[in-house]
Formats: sequence, C-alpha cells, structure tokens
Amino acid sequence: MTHHPDQSLPRSRQSISGPILGPGSRRVVGLAALAAVVALLPLLLPNAFYFDVAIRIAILAVNGIALNLLMGYTGQISLGHAGFFGLGAYGSAVLTTHFGWAPLPALLAAAGLTAVIAWGVARVILRLRGHYLAMATLGLGIIISIVLGNEAAWTGGPDGMPVDGFSLFGLTLSGERQWYWVFGGLLIATVILAQNLIDSPAGRALQALHGSETAASVAGIDVGRRKIAVFVLSATVSAMLGSLSAHYSGYINPGIAGFLQSVELVIIVVLGGMASIYGSIFGAVVMGLLPQILAGYEGWDSVLFGVILVVTMIFLPRGVVPSLATRLRSAGVTGKGGAAC
Amino acid sequence: MLTVANLSKRFGGVHAVQDVSFTIPRGCVYSVIGPNGAGKTTLFNLISGLYTPTSGSIGFEGQEIGGAAPDQLARRGMSRTFQNLQICRNLSAIDNVMVGAHLTLNSSMVAGMLRWPGLSRADRACRERAAALMERVGCGAFIRADAAAMPYGALKRLEIARALASEPKILFLDEPAAGLNHTETHGIQTLVADLARSGLTVVVVEHDMKLVMSVSDRILVLNYGRRLAEGTPSEIRENPEVIAAYLGADAEED
Amino acid sequence: MLPELLQFILSGMTLGAMYMLSALGFSMIYNASGVINFAQGEFIMVGGMAASFLSAAGVPLPLACVAGVMIAGLVGGLVERMAVAPARDAEVASIIIITIGVSMILRGLTEILLGKRPHALPHFSGEAPLALLGATILPQSLWVLAAGALIVLGLSLFFGRTRIGKGVLATSYDRLAAQLVGVDVRRVLTLSFALSAVIGAVGGVVIAPISTVAYDTGMMLGLKGFVAATLGGLGSGPGAVFGGLFLGLIEALTAGYVSSAYKDAVPFVLVFIVLVLRPQGLLGAKPTDRI
Ligand SMILES: Nc1ncnc2c1ncn2[C@@H]1O[C@H](COP(=O)(O)OP(=O)(O)OP(=O)(O)O)[C@@H](O)[C@H]1O
Ligand SMILES: [Mg+2]
Repeated sequence: MTHHPDQSLPRSRQSISGPILGPGSRRVVGLAALAAVVALLPLLLPNAFYFDVAIRIAILAVNGIALNLLMGYTGQISLGHAGFFGLGAYGSAVLTTHFGWAPLPALLAAAGLTAVIAWGVARVILRLRGHYLAMATLGLGIIISIVLGNEAAWTGGPDGMPVDGFSLFGLTLSGERQWYWVFGGLLIATVILAQNLIDSPAGRALQALHGSETAASVAGIDVGRRKIAVFVLSATVSAMLGSLSAHYSGYINPGIAGFLQSVELVIIVVLGGMASIYGSIFGAVVMGLLPQILAGYEGWDSVLFGVILVVTMIFLPRGVVPSLATRLRSAGVTGKGGAAC
Repeated sequence: MLTVANLSKRFGGVHAVQDVSFTIPRGCVYSVIGPNGAGKTTLFNLISGLYTPTSGSIGFEGQEIGGAAPDQLARRGMSRTFQNLQICRNLSAIDNVMVGAHLTLNSSMVAGMLRWPGLSRADRACRERAAALMERVGCGAFIRADAAAMPYGALKRLEIARALASEPKILFLDEPAAGLNHTETHGIQTLVADLARSGLTVVVVEHDMKLVMSVSDRILVLNYGRRLAEGTPSEIRENPEVIAAYLGADAEED
Repeated sequence: MLPELLQFILSGMTLGAMYMLSALGFSMIYNASGVINFAQGEFIMVGGMAASFLSAAGVPLPLACVAGVMIAGLVGGLVERMAVAPARDAEVASIIIITIGVSMILRGLTEILLGKRPHALPHFSGEAPLALLGATILPQSLWVLAAGALIVLGLSLFFGRTRIGKGVLATSYDRLAAQLVGVDVRRVLTLSFALSAVIGAVGGVVIAPISTVAYDTGMMLGLKGFVAATLGGLGSGPGAVFGGLFLGLIEALTAGYVSSAYKDAVPFVLVFIVLVLRPQGLLGAKPTDRI
C-alpha cells in the first residue's frame, strides 16, 4: 500500500505535551457524546418513519464497525461481508419459521453456524493478499446470496420470506420505538467493545500485522491465527446483527446478502475512515441518509452518489473522519508552535 | 546456544546460502560479515523462521528449530531487527515498541474486549517500560511521535527497542549502523557492548568494520553464500582469504 | 450427444470471448496502475448502449459501432484524468471506492440519457443460424469470436512492436524506472484506461445483438471479467485470455448439464477453488517476498 504524504504529519495518539498514557480520556468524551445523541434523538424524531431511518443507520454503523475491525485495523479487505449478515438473518428466519425455535436460541445458533463457516473460509482465504483476497471474499458473498435465492423451499427464493417478531421470556418487541432502544444500545455496546479491543494488546497485534506481517510474526504474533480470529469475530457480529434486523423488519430477501450490500459496507468503512470507529458511524449516517434524500430522482441519485464518493476520496483520501481530524490537530499544533519532532 | 550445520537456501538458481556451519556461544557478540549479496540477511531470515531452509539444520538451546514459524521462535527467546525497516507505520512509535512486548502481555481478544481486570494496568506498565527502552536506545525524543513521522535513523533505533521489548535471549541485528553518521554509529557500538555485558547474546550483520572489530567476540565471514572464515577479530583481520575477498572489496568501495 | 456438447462449447466460447475482453481490460489497467477498476463493466455497457442508440437513431450500423467504441474510449480516458489520477497516492481501498463511484456515475448518466429500457443492435450479418456438425451457431457469435481474436492479435502487436506499447509495459514493471528512461507515465496511464475501455466496448458492441444491453448490464459483465482475470492471474495477458474462455466454457457446460439456477454461482465457486489451490491464479507468477 502506498502512503499519502499527508500521513507523514504527526498524528500522535497522545497530546504533544501530555503524559505517556494510552488513549483514554478522549474515548470517554466520544462515548458520552454518542450516548447523548442516542438518548436525545427520539425527542427530535417526529414519527415512525424517522425512527426506522435511525434504526437502519444504527444497523449500518454496527456492521461497518465490525467490518472496520477486519479491514481498517487488520488490513484484510472483504467485499462479501453482507453474506454473513444474510446468513445470520436467514439462519434466524429458517430456524424460527420452519423449526419453531425461539428467537434467542435461533440467533445464537445462526451466529454459531456463521462463525464455523467463517472460520473454515478464513483458514483458506486469508493466505491471499490484496486484490486476490478481495476477489475471494466477493465470490463468497455472491455465492451465499445465490444460494439463498435458489433454495426456495427454505428461503422463499428471490421473493424472500417473512420473519416473526423478537420475543424473549414472553415479551415481544414491537414498534420502531422499542426497537430503537435495542439498536441504539447495541451501537453503544459495539463502540465500547470495539474500542476496548483496539486499545488492548490484542488490538495492537491486529494493527501491527496490518503495518508489517513480518514485524508482527517476529514479535511473536501468530499472524495467521489472528487474522482468522478477527475474521470470525467480524462475521459473527454481522450475523447476530442480521438476525436482529430480520426480526425487526419482519421480511427478508436475498438482496440483503448481495454484492451491493457488501459494497455499501465497504463504502461506509472507507468513506468514514479506515481504522476509525467514529468514521464508520459517520459513514453509516451518510449511507443511511443519502438514499432518503436522493430518492425519487431516478438516475440522478446514482450520479450524485457516485460524485460524492469520488470527490470525497480525492480530497480526503484517508476517509472523512481521520483526514479532518489530522487537519484540525495539525492546525492546533502549529498554533502552539512546534510539531512532534 | 545456537548451532547451524550445513545450512543451505536456494532461490531458483541462486544459492543464497550454501552449506554454512557455525556455533554461537551464549553471551557473546557474534558478527556476520561479507560483501553485498553474500547471504547474510538470508541467513538471518532462515534462523528467525521467515524462510524455510532448503537443507541443513539449526539448533537453538539444544533443540532443532529449522522450519519453525517466526512467532514460535519469538516464544523461545529470539528477536531481531531488519535491514529494510519493518515498521508499523499505522501505529505510534511507542506502540511499535509495545508490539515487541506482545508475548509478555495477555493478548486474548475476549480479554481485550471486556477490559479484563489487570489488563489496563499491565498495559500501562508495559508502556512505561517501552518508553524507558526508547530512552535507552536513544530515540527518547520520539516517545510521543507517530512512527510514520520519524526519520530513518530514529526508526533503526526504534526497531532495536522493539526487539528488546520481548526480553529476548538472543538478539539479531541486521546492519544496525547502515545509513547512520559517525556519532550515531558510535552510539550503536556502545549499545551493543552494553547489551552483551548484561548477558544477552547478540548477533550482528554489519558493514562498518570498525564497529565489527571492536564489539565482536567472534566473526563469521560469508562470500557468495559460503563460509569463508570464522574466528576472533584478530584471526579474521589476519586471514589472507578474507583480506583478498572482502576487505579488499571494501577498500575499493571507500 | 456430441452435437449437444458442441453446441454448449460454441455458446461457451462466445460467452468466453466476451469475458476475455472484459478481463483484458481489467488486466491492462491493473498492470499499468495497480488499480482494480470496478467500472470496467460500465465501459462495456457504454459502448453497447451508445452504438445501439446511434443505430436506432438512423446512423449506419458500422459507423454506429465505431462511434460507440470511440465514445467509450473517450469516457475511459476522461475517467482516468478526472477521477483516478487526482487520487494517485491514495490507498488501494480508496481507489476501489473511486472506481465504484465512477461506475455509479456512468450507470446513472446512461439511465438519464438513454432510459431504463434494454437496447439492441441489429445482427451484423443476419440472424439465420449456421449449421456446424449438427450444432448451430449464430453469425453474430462468429463476429464475437473474430473480434476477440483480432483484439488479442492487436494487443500482442501493440505491446511487442510499438514504442508506446512498450512504454505501457515498462510502466507496469517499474513506474519510476520507466519515468527515468523518458516514458510519459501520465500519458501511459490515461492511455491504458482509454484502451481498456475500447477493448471492453468492442465486446459490448458485438454482443449487443445477441443479448441486448441496458444501463445496468455492466456490473455482472465487469465482475465476471474480474473473475476471469483473477482465474488466469491478475495482470497476465495470456491469463486473461485463458481465464475468460475457460470461464465461458465452464459456465455454458454447467448451465447445460448441471443446473441453470446455479449458473451465475459457477464463476465465483470456480475462482474460489482456484485461489485456494493456487493463490496467484492459474497463469500468474508466484510472488516472492523480499525481507
Ligand atoms: N526472497 C528472495 N528471492 C530471490 N532471491 C533472493 C531473495 N532474498 C535474497 N535473494 C538473493 O540471495 C542472495 C543473498 O542475498 P542477501 O540479501 O542474503 O545478501 P546480504 O549478504 O544480506 O547482502 P547485503 O549486504 O546487500 O544486505 C542475493 O543474490 C539475493 O539476490
Ligand atoms: Mg542484507
């Protein structure tokens, strides 16, 4: 991978004059802001339609963060991640509809099954590099969506299938407002867990193998095992999310696992910023809102969307959040007179 | 401590290392020298598990390790730096050093996600140790910098700090002084001597003869992948073959 | 039995020639710039759509075809200049997103300008099938095969004989070195996009009479070109030719003998298996890591 000259600018994780601490206090601020937005947003949302949009953004954000762990932090591209989301969704749908399972065991079983599949696949494909890995994951996603579309006896084929609501201990989630708190909570939990991971020795190992597999392995990191582990983690999170969103939307079709959905996730990660959790949230907001705003302008929606992608990547090649953060910080640093070195 | 016997590595038609044997005693400074392309880096790559030998054996503390994976060898106490830097440019400088300490920390992903009790404290202690190491190797000025923002010389030292962070038994340095100026080279020389005095076994590939002659207990000379000579610095200095093949060539370069 | 097999092989070769052209375009851009161009399918679509539109508007067929190909070539060059070149130093993932953005723009613009309806060109030499050892083949299929063969021949002459072709090759081996010996690397990169658009558009034009084109037909063709290029080994010319034909054959045979429902899955299963067995593709060189 080539590096943009911008990247040679200091963008230290610690403040220039602060103690040699790990990333810490800044995390709390970000998290508090996110929690406040999630908690206060319902006051601004006029009706169920807007709750639905907010929920879809949260789903995209969690999925984006899951993919970012794999792509942005560990450096392994996946163009088929929606396939795992689809496996979770259909796993839950089939187990609850055809076998009469309760939603929670179905969700866990679907996640477990997806984890096993992801593990088997990861073992063979994560040896591949760059574009070959992109091709393999792309193929995997497409195969999953074609299978879902063809096994009509189980999945309803291209038309899709209905899914019951989510109930636990006799209580059933109903309505956008209740689901909003589920997905809002899930988003916050995902951010906390993902940041914990990234800041831990395990997360450092993932980023290290992104930076240099050679250096990582010589430092005692089992590169192959780590890649498989993060792939399985990422796929499993997507699967669980797929299960929940299947119960939420009440109806699923093979499109949710398709190539376009996988591309959407990659756009979220790259547009928002690789290796940036809040970048993925930003990307999800953009991808969740833009189609709503552009809807109804047939043809133009596609053009405008394309233009936004191209222009953003040209002017903010590292993604919106990291690129802007660097600019803000370097402006602040030069103001105080002096760079890091 | 390390015994290499009849080690060979071929790349297609190139015999990068051919039938090389030597033994490195514990606690000494052992240098490997030879003209460009002699196979020194390949030898390091073989010993540290990055390449699989075509034939021959490598014994470390009495056990055969030829063909073992690099991370397994790291567990056994091997550590190294690279001639062509292997820096994680997506991490801060101090995080690079902490990567070296990977094996000393609980690196389970579940523990990380759940912030296992004690994990943060151990990580913070590790960060302080990493900072101390950076001071020790002479790149303390960059403790708060990003690796991507550091100059070449500082990165060479950063790699040494990272290699030391794993608390190795044996340390391999591939051209630690390449591209450094006179004073910096002298700093490396003192550092190597210090490390050896603390009981670490250090293996150095280096073109700077003054450094090699002053720090080494023993020297191995490679030429076209083959062992040309082995002995103490004074023996090597006097060896006519070495003078002809290597020192002569080096004199031409200067 | 045998005529049936021959029939599948003939349709597989036609399909394969199409995939081959898409794959050649992929490989050309990949070689020159290291970019995987997700807009490759849109180049094919633009060529086919433009030619169909012009022909329907009364432009004589040969002229419409040439114009369609040239419009696509122009689009390819413009895409490089306006969208890819400005992001030269960005990471691979960012450039992938740019080419995805470009494909959306081209798809959207075509939809706005030419509508959602599928377009078709008249068959070049009539629609009466020719008999061949008990199987039949459309004259248009012969056009597809001939166009494929001509492009392969033309490309090998271009890279082997012409100065600018050698410049493209030099750039793909080592961009900096090529620059030092006086190759205008910027022009080479623009040219490689234009040329790969032309190659794709030729495919789009000759296939349009058989399978019609619409604003959204590019994506699948592009993806299969990517599959074919990967099968053969990314960046390898012979690999693209082999990968394309192989893919077309396997797809036609599966559709004929196994299951047409899973026809579209075949390329992806195939590439998956090949990559697992040979991570560098069938004809690709094994990469060596220097440490
Ligand atoms: N991965 C590889 N693939 C093919 N050939 C290689 C590879 N690595 C090294 N070689 C070849 O092996 C020979 C020895 O190279 P090596 O890098 O070990 O030399 P060296 O002694 O370290 O030289 P220098 O002093 O320049 O660093 C050279 O001819 C080199 O071209
Ligand atoms: Mg070397």
